[in-house]
Amino acid sequence: MRAANRTRTRTRTTRPARPAGRPRRTRLTRTEARNARAAAGFVLPFLSLFLLCFLAPIGYAVHQSLHRTERTGPLGLGGQEREVFAGLANYTHALADDRFLTGFGRVLLFGAVQIPLMIALATVLALLLESASARGVTFFRSAFFLPYGVPGVIASILWGFLYVPGISPLVEIAGSLGVHVDFLARDTVLWSIANIVLWQFTGYNMLVLISQLKAVPDELYEAARIDGANAWHIARHIKIPLIRPALVLTTVFSIIGTLQLFAEPMVLRPLAATIDSGFTPNLHAYSEAFVSNNQHVAAAEAVLLALVACVLSFGFLRVVGQRGNGDGR
Amino acid sequence: MSRPTAREAPAPVSPPRAAPRPSGTAIHPPLRYRIITASLLTLAAIYFLTPVYWLIVSATKNSADLFGTFGFWFAHPKPLQYLRDVLTYDHGVYVRWFANSLLYAGVGALTATLLSAAAGYGLAKFPFPGRGAVFHLVLAGVLIPGTALALPLYFLFSSMGLANTYWAVLLPSVVSPFGVYLCRIYAAAAVPDSLLEAARIDGAGEARIFAGLGLRLMTPALVTVFLFQFVHIWNNYFLPLVMLSDSDLYPIQLGLTSWTGYADRQPELYQYTVGGAFLSVLPLMVLMTVLQRYWRTGLTEGSVKA
Repeated sequence: MRAANRTRTRTRTTRPARPAGRPRRTRLTRTEARNARAAAGFVLPFLSLFLLCFLAPIGYAVHQSLHRTERTGPLGLGGQEREVFAGLANYTHALADDRFLTGFGRVLLFGAVQIPLMIALATVLALLLESASARGVTFFRSAFFLPYGVPGVIASILWGFLYVPGISPLVEIAGSLGVHVDFLARDTVLWSIANIVLWQFTGYNMLVLISQLKAVPDELYEAARIDGANAWHIARHIKIPLIRPALVLTTVFSIIGTLQLFAEPMVLRPLAATIDSGFTPNLHAYSEAFVSNNQHVAAAEAVLLALVACVLSFGFLRVVGQRGNGDGR
Repeated sequence: MSRPTAREAPAPVSPPRAAPRPSGTAIHPPLRYRIITASLLTLAAIYFLTPVYWLIVSATKNSADLFGTFGFWFAHPKPLQYLRDVLTYDHGVYVRWFANSLLYAGVGALTATLLSAAAGYGLAKFPFPGRGAVFHLVLAGVLIPGTALALPLYFLFSSMGLANTYWAVLLPSVVSPFGVYLCRIYAAAAVPDSLLEAARIDGAGEARIFAGLGLRLMTPALVTVFLFQFVHIWNNYFLPLVMLSDSDLYPIQLGLTSWTGYADRQPELYQYTVGGAFLSVLPLMVLMTVLQRYWRTGLTEGSVKA
């Protein structure tokens, strides 16, 4: 890496002059050309598919979102379909839609509660498993991580059965204790979904944190212990500051994941009447595209969703003052 | 690898005086701490395992018992017969969905791993103009929400006539910006330039050096990328949902939700859904338990760096 950098800076400084007759420089340019050729061979297969599956759809969505379909037949029915430029009309349409905005508010509320809860739980479990007091670490770690292997749809089907009165043993147990619970009521269903997401991803985030904890040399803890620090002090003043990068990483990925919330409410919809087609922004975009058949508005909503995700995750990175890692060092 | 974090670390309070001892034997925490820790961990384990336990119990029940008996205990268990029912229902459509899932996840993850390895290796080992820009593009790709992309991808693919084919799910699955990111970091650290130089002097071509040397040195990262991508594709719901309308192309998740949609009219589908869900989580659980070691090592690279 360092050697490569040096090559690059050297060639860059020598290239503009390029007086003939210095064999060393010619060799360097040849190296450069050879490097570029080899790099192209390695990088282009990925890059071309990346263009097709990442950049092209974004470009196409932006294009779609700026156009609308116009029908030329009588009464706007039948006849020729024609795409005309619509300016920002699709965006104003989306942003004027109360249900779309409510859906956004809902996932933001969801994230504001669920993400801190999940990261806190993951941190506590990671610290407990890495503490000297823990026994049966392998079993517990596997048990906590297990739900990550259950796809969101399956997890939602599973928890759906545990939520529905008449089949759920949880409702039955609560009922026999004289407590009436309704996991799918208007006020509770969002938190029932939060529970599904918490159940699925806490173990995964815990594993990320554990791997970061393991990267810390044991001598550091040893030294602190010898100086009389107890387990709480070590956790609070050594371990948590050290796993900060991992905490930032897991939070950013959780923000992105939360905004995409789709499978859980989609699967629970038949069970809970309070989940409408605008429950989350993604659900709204999906029904715009496939139920209302309005691809142009759906495209605008997808673009808005991606924008908000970018703003929020970069904003979070800014707020926590994370050093840029774009140079990939 | 630990350098970025070490910078933030408080300076060691004192150099370790004691001779290095195997950790764990060093200190016995008070019994009080051990009891508190064990109870908290057990509580968490109950929370995480209860739905799995319910699934195992319920996979041995028929629809009548699902509704009529207590969910956390067995009733007339006939697991083999009920699971056979799942596999043979509707001319074995479940087996077809399972095979589709395996195809999408297996072929997709394998191809994604190879493409990521090559791209990461190329980005790490060959300086070329625009390298930084390409890497930033890849990083941006990591942060783009997958489902925000799925809908535009559907619009694009349907305009190209690719929607509702195997390719519609496979093509996006082989692109893993996170895999490239991980491979680039790993290749930069684990593949020494001097070794490549030596191989070049021996007259080996770049492709051979990559296949013989690079891939071998990058193996731990490649296993991680494969696992991540496999789970990602296997769990993906939104992309196949928007892309596929032919139920013969469905992966398991999509198939199972189509069953739950009809369960009101055909109650036996409740039983099939539960049984199908049970069968579908088995492969990933086996994969994850067996390869847990690789999750850990791989994640360290990713998390320390980001």
